[in-house]
Amino acid sequence: MMKGPELDKMWITMGPQHPFSHGLWTLRVQVDGEIVVDAEPEIGYLHRGWEKECENRIYPKIIPMADRLCYSASMTWSHLYCKVVEEALDVELPDRARYLRVVADEICRIQSHLMWLAAVGTDLGNLTVFLWCLREREFFLDLNVRLCGQRLTTNYPRIGGVRNDMPYYFERDCMRAVERFEKALWEIIAITDESSLFVNRMKGTGILTREQVANLGITGPAMRGTGVDFDIRRDDPYAAYGEIDFEVPVLKDGDSYSRFRVRIEEMFQSCEIIRQAMAKLETIPKTHPYRIKVPRAVPEGTHVTRIEDPRGEGLMYLVSDGTDKPYRLKVRSPVFVNVSAAKPLVMGARVADIPAVMAMIDMCLGETDR
Amino acid sequence: MNLYPHAIGMSADEFMSWSSAMIDNMVSAGTKRTVNRLTGPVWAWAMRNSMHPLHFGLACCAIEMAAASAPKHDAERLGIIYRSSPRQTDVLLVNGWISKKLVPNLRRLYEQMPGPKWVVAMGECAISGGPWYDSYNIVQGMDQIMPVDVYIPGCPIKPDAMIDGFLLLQKKIDAYFKRGNFMED
Amino acid sequence: MSSDAKIEAPSYNDVKALVATKFPKTVSLRENTKKNSRADNEKRRIYFKADRKVLLELCTYLRDKLNFEHASSVTAVDWVDHMEVVYHLSNYFNGMLLEISVDVPLDDLTVDSVANVWGGANWHEREAYELFGIVFKGHPKLERLLTPKYYEFYPFRKSYKLRGQE
Repeated sequence: MMKGPELDKMWITMGPQHPFSHGLWTLRVQVDGEIVVDAEPEIGYLHRGWEKECENRIYPKIIPMADRLCYSASMTWSHLYCKVVEEALDVELPDRARYLRVVADEICRIQSHLMWLAAVGTDLGNLTVFLWCLREREFFLDLNVRLCGQRLTTNYPRIGGVRNDMPYYFERDCMRAVERFEKALWEIIAITDESSLFVNRMKGTGILTREQVANLGITGPAMRGTGVDFDIRRDDPYAAYGEIDFEVPVLKDGDSYSRFRVRIEEMFQSCEIIRQAMAKLETIPKTHPYRIKVPRAVPEGTHVTRIEDPRGEGLMYLVSDGTDKPYRLKVRSPVFVNVSAAKPLVMGARVADIPAVMAMIDMCLGETDR
Repeated sequence: MNLYPHAIGMSADEFMSWSSAMIDNMVSAGTKRTVNRLTGPVWAWAMRNSMHPLHFGLACCAIEMAAASAPKHDAERLGIIYRSSPRQTDVLLVNGWISKKLVPNLRRLYEQMPGPKWVVAMGECAISGGPWYDSYNIVQGMDQIMPVDVYIPGCPIKPDAMIDGFLLLQKKIDAYFKRGNFMED
Repeated sequence: MSSDAKIEAPSYNDVKALVATKFPKTVSLRENTKKNSRADNEKRRIYFKADRKVLLELCTYLRDKLNFEHASSVTAVDWVDHMEVVYHLSNYFNGMLLEISVDVPLDDLTVDSVANVWGGANWHEREAYELFGIVFKGHPKLERLLTPKYYEFYPFRKSYKLRGQE
């Protein structure tokens, strides 16, 4: 019997407006019955020429723009930008600034992971997870408001330090929030990790091997859930991470469930880092400077630096030409590369499993499209 | 009023002439105005308390949109419930910058929504382009491609501000439905 | 140390010596000059300038022998009189970040694609192609990715001016 080559397969377009995609991107999948046989991600709906616009602005004016690269982890991106300019100026930060940046980074990491967990909750059909996670997240956003003055786009780091010192009683508030969160996270684990509704949909889906992950350039928790033991905070330390003792959770299974576990463990580790950094900050006197003066123009040269974003490896490459505007500023976004691996991730999965697999990438399209 | 006894067995042409004759009758007899006056406030009450925005997250403000429906702010007590299909919505909430690649998709979503529909521009980017004022790929403001009813400023806006903007939109919806829409369209 | 064995975590001096012996004329090293950057002082950054003819060979060598199994980014810089393609590679075992920069003349904007060496470089090369117009030879799918299909200019070139740019 004659059979058309494409009649038994069909393309489904998921996006740009689709309940599974947290952000604007399209995943076109070709299905054979229920099984995905081909996939093609498409991005670019939020492209705004960020790197080109930076060439039109002076250095301090790029900090608030760096916040808007990734809106759920804005602190790490403005930190990364300030770090690359500091490397270009070759200045060393005062201790207080380094520890304040660590505290702000980890607050940001916790709230970003909570936003991800809330999204996973709705993806896998449990609205309670969404409500509980966002309830806990509000405490960390309040900490952001106390420290930086804004909920999301914090605009806190400055070239050569941070904008302001801790407000009064910030240590107390921060420790209270962290202690409360560590208890609340166990409650959230009770309705996610101990629920077969969640675990059965994540176990055994989206499997990649260690070699595949390294070759495809997947970074962050998705990489550490596949057995690659690499965390820039530990292996290429920046700010004050070299002086803090913490563990890097690594799991070897390589499926969605191990990526999920890595992120949960990371939240506990972030609490531990905040606790240690706060203890250290108490020993540094308040009169210690939190910011140093830096020149306005950056000397000529090329500089590269990287940072551990909640989603993976963030890298910035700065080419300066001696003026007060960058000549070229390249951003390496972790999600940009992670989403390019969507095809190997969803191949062989069922259509209903695509949200569970792609949720583990933790999409943030602002940094992807730039 | 000319009522057909065999209304169930009507052909399409018969039905059209019957229904238009009935509407003409009601308009001329003042029935329509009376019904509008009676049902208008009920419609307005129902519609303003069940605003269903499209679940369409673009950028920073989408995170705050999620936070607004979360426990602390709880926008659902005002009837703001997000629907994923444009066919089930009446408010298009544009919460981010609009790139040129997105414009056709956005227009299509807007056209898929059943009327009467409202558009809310949320945040600086949707109002005027915001921080991307010199970009080569960004539409400088939502109102360049479709009519906007409510502008909510902020970058990103706070959930309180979003709820405030929706309260403004409630007034607009209320005014629209108060005059009644019995036997229209 | 035999030249065939794979070194899992090569030190700064290993990389420097091995690349210098394997590619004596075509790859040159740029010394670190920063005083305060910890990564530079602890020898976790290494900067190379390579000829574009040996790029693919160098990249394969770095991946297979020196275990740089992750391509962090591929980017391009427009220097008006020529273009430059910059590769950042990293090693998971010693946290080293390696930079290769390759000059591309304006009259022949082509360079070998490394998308088959590292799958992670695939979209970075597509991005450099659409924003700078550099053609990566041997790339599996060199199409526009971020900008709309009807764009006919390369926005990141210095010749394209934004509003307010002189």
